[in-house]
Amino acid sequence: MTATTKPWKRYLLHLRSAVPALCLLAALIAPFVLEGFTLYQLTKVAVYAMAILGLNLLTGYNGQFSLGHSAFYAVGAYVTAILMTTSGFTPYLAIPIAGLAAGLAGYLFGLPALRLEPLYLALATFGLAVATPQLLKSSHLEDLTGGVQGISLTRPEAPFGLPLNSDQWWYLVSLAVLVCMLWLARNLIDSRSGRAMIAIRDNPIAAAAGGIDVAGYKTATFAVSALLTGIAGGLSAVVVELVAPDSFTFNLAILFLIGSVVGGVASISGAVFGGAFVLFVPNLSEDVSKGLAGAVYGVFIIGVIFFMPQGLAGFAQKLKARLEK
Amino acid sequence: MSHLCIDKVVVRFGGIVALDGVSFEVPEGEIVGLIGPNGAGKTTLFNCLSRLYQVHGGDITYNGRSILSLPPHRMTEIGIGRTFQNLALFHNMTVRDNILAGGHPASRGGFIGNALRLPGSRREERRLHEKADRLMEELDLTAVANEGVGELPFGTRKRLEIARALMSDPKLLLLDEPAGGLNHDEVDELAERIHGLRDERALTVLLVEHHMGLVMRVSDRVVVLSFGRKLAEGTPDEIRQHPEVIEAYLGKAG
Ligand SMILES: Nc1ncnc2c1ncn2[C@@H]1O[C@H](COP(=O)(O)OP(=O)(O)OP(=O)(O)O)[C@@H](O)[C@H]1O
Ligand SMILES: [Mg+2]
Repeated sequence: MTATTKPWKRYLLHLRSAVPALCLLAALIAPFVLEGFTLYQLTKVAVYAMAILGLNLLTGYNGQFSLGHSAFYAVGAYVTAILMTTSGFTPYLAIPIAGLAAGLAGYLFGLPALRLEPLYLALATFGLAVATPQLLKSSHLEDLTGGVQGISLTRPEAPFGLPLNSDQWWYLVSLAVLVCMLWLARNLIDSRSGRAMIAIRDNPIAAAAGGIDVAGYKTATFAVSALLTGIAGGLSAVVVELVAPDSFTFNLAILFLIGSVVGGVASISGAVFGGAFVLFVPNLSEDVSKGLAGAVYGVFIIGVIFFMPQGLAGFAQKLKARLEK
Repeated sequence: MSHLCIDKVVVRFGGIVALDGVSFEVPEGEIVGLIGPNGAGKTTLFNCLSRLYQVHGGDITYNGRSILSLPPHRMTEIGIGRTFQNLALFHNMTVRDNILAGGHPASRGGFIGNALRLPGSRREERRLHEKADRLMEELDLTAVANEGVGELPFGTRKRLEIARALMSDPKLLLLDEPAGGLNHDEVDELAERIHGLRDERALTVLLVEHHMGLVMRVSDRVVVLSFGRKLAEGTPDEIRQHPEVIEAYLGKAG
């Protein structure tokens, strides 16, 4: 920046550093100005963003592919629902436990996945995604999972007599969890652990020769990724007040993947862009053309990938860089 | 302490015997040059020392202990660092982050401490950054610290590999053709640097190189490989006059 910077540019520069704070402020005001359904949608954006963040850590930063994150999301959702309905757990305890359960599932899946080449790993996780709804419906697990019907639950109201309705409260909870996750993920990526994850993605042989335990980090990353996605699943169960097998199909895994790539796969903030994209753009496409909504959505996706190869977050980064020049 | 002992090492790739009973030692504080025509097995030996290739016969010991039961990522921990012939940088990281990643074995922080930015993690991170800054200064990388590695000149990337390897505080440094692709001045600089490493950091160096001038200038001892066998071993002067070496290797270079 030089002394000759134009005033309007300087003004924008100031604004630029305030963008995250302004976004957070807007997000905090939102529950008091937006009504029911829109707020519910924003809650889902936050929940999707968490799941996509989990996927970004795995794929974007560690180079492991997953077409099966719907399975970890399902583990989070079902464990939460089961704990709440059969054992009377509060969601504030059930969701963290569910996250840990999903993390464990991710760890166990990550172990054999270590030996798979990327394409085969993609296929194996695809298998996981396809098997999940079937398993949830299976008659052997019916007592636990509620079979095809699934499990319905009721979400608690805001505690401590806070003057918030349950939509507002759970929106704020989701927002808080998401902000925490973004902060933790940012710290992780900017640390020794994050560099090890990225080094493995960029050059596994050099990483190993440089003292990085490639297998250990890959399974740990799988676990962390599944943990975040599982917590997202747990929150979704509470927010939607229902878990049913058909909400956890391969389509959901693809939804996360689209969100991840469109938002920017090796990006923390990209998860938020991605969450918003997968929630709003299909509706937007429907507004453009009812009959061709799918095609319009497809064009949107191709457009982003074509014109913003680093995803929406990468595009935002580029705008920022241009401004700073 | 640093004492490497390579004892009748055999490595096969299908029908090819890449190393056929090679034995030699690298004592503490020496610079040992390892030369030989293309395909002689030099890089293969390095890859055995990094535990990237399986050894089919013989043994490799470091400070008296066999390394053959250790996984690759433990080698930096016991003090063996390396660079790669064909460059193996983390191509989507900046120069600084490449070097910081090299500091992995010399640090401890885990996922939880790092994600929460606990004081211990922060302190360690600061220490790593200071060390990386010093190394960048030492290897003339400070000016490109925040650049991606993709577009750097070849010579700079070679220096970056050395800096990354030094981050783990090795006692034995394996350099695989560090002069490859360097111009005359850069080779001179490299020669001084290798001496500097030994004298100031008390490093032991095993140097694979085709650049004869460099090898003869910096090495205390030279080992010659040809078709997977050790052809000769001796001081640079002895090697220069060794008839078989001249025939197999130096001869063709004129
Ligand atoms: N991974 C591998 N798979 C199959 N063959 C290999 C492998 N690595 C090395 N070789 C073979 O082993 C022999 C020794 O190769 P190596 O790379 O060790 O030679 P080098 O002495 O480093 O040669 P250069 O000077 O060209 O780098 C060659 O015949 C090579 O083709
Ligand atoms: Mg070689």
